[in-house]
Amino acid sequence: MELGLSAFVIFFAAIFTNNILLTNFLGMCSFLAVSREVKSSLGLGLAVVFVMTCTSGLNYLVYYYLLVPLGLEHFRYITFIIVIAAFVQLVEMIIERSSPLLYVILGIFLPLITVNCAILGVALFMIIRDYTFLQSVAYGAGSGIGWTMAIMAMGGIRQKMKGARVPKPLEGPGITLIIAGIMALAFIGFTGMIQIQ
Amino acid sequence: MAKVKSRTIFISGFWKENPVFRQILGICSALAVTNLMVNTLIMGLSLIFVTSMSNLTVSILRNVTPTRIRMMVQTLIIASYVIIVDIVLKAYLPDISEALGPYVGLIITNCIIMGRCEAFARNNSPFPSFLDGVASGCGYAFVLVSVAFVREALGFGTLFGMRVMPSGWTNWIIMVMAPGAFFMLGSFIWVVRHFGPKEEEKPTAG
Repeated sequence: MELGLSAFVIFFAAIFTNNILLTNFLGMCSFLAVSREVKSSLGLGLAVVFVMTCTSGLNYLVYYYLLVPLGLEHFRYITFIIVIAAFVQLVEMIIERSSPLLYVILGIFLPLITVNCAILGVALFMIIRDYTFLQSVAYGAGSGIGWTMAIMAMGGIRQKMKGARVPKPLEGPGITLIIAGIMALAFIGFTGMIQIQ
Repeated sequence: MAKVKSRTIFISGFWKENPVFRQILGICSALAVTNLMVNTLIMGLSLIFVTSMSNLTVSILRNVTPTRIRMMVQTLIIASYVIIVDIVLKAYLPDISEALGPYVGLIITNCIIMGRCEAFARNNSPFPSFLDGVASGCGYAFVLVSVAFVREALGFGTLFGMRVMPSGWTNWIIMVMAPGAFFMLGSFIWVVRHFGPKEEEKPTAG
């Protein structure tokens, strides 16, 4: 298996055919809560891409160089959560000091990310699918971008929908889920291109 | 007195404040595992166990947990119970454990559990907290099973692996794929909100 190519393929597959939100349903909670506007969706999306890319690499190193040699694979859930939480905290402190502008854009979204299931999901998928380091990072980055794309599209649709007459009980999460369903249907169209399990 | 109160807690957790369609929490896994009844049932049971036990633990420790780091403590408590569930499933039901894959681990980030710990267990004594956990867990499992019921019946023509649809039935493949889950849950929320008691929407996060 050529490593470079394969990581490249995984990167695109994670964006289109195996979109983490639309096929694996991860990160739904913040997806429903934050997707009211394009602007805030973009902010959260950027934060997710960044954290996901870094933590998938970090978690890979921690898992294969710390947990596996010690025979502690069962503790991976706790470990991953701690790694993610610590990383988010660290990033928050760093950008608060170094770049106030970036902090204004991403700041409020960072704490939300610790509980975003997509981040933990990416880490768990990469272990289950036996990815190499490069593949894991590519998968993390791809999933983040795919997630951002989906949430921004949803933000755009919901902005346009403000004037639409939706049946009262369907308002809010109900209609969002149905739109997400139609989006997922559209993304199935990509399935023919590439396939990862 | 105590009995009446426990009943109120149970009903409110199960129906009035049902985590999935009232508070829109924890739908990540609600959507992912609901294409087969068996998987869904196991997932629901695991979640009831984790919610109730972590609620109990958080409640017992509520007076000794420093407020600043309580989120971390709660996460660790939840994660410990999830690890127990994972190990048990791997040992006794390896097939289902395989099918659920990462979604067992993702119970940790299921906002229901965290939400109940934050909203209820942190301020209440152990027994009501335990009950509240069971109620929320049951409410969640109930929604999951209802969604799975329709998806499996329409998508595979089976229930618990047994054929229920007539032989001429054409499977709705879309129902077992991702979009089917979105449509089902969306419509389910619609129906429940239409017939259920009216309540103003609360902001959600997580």
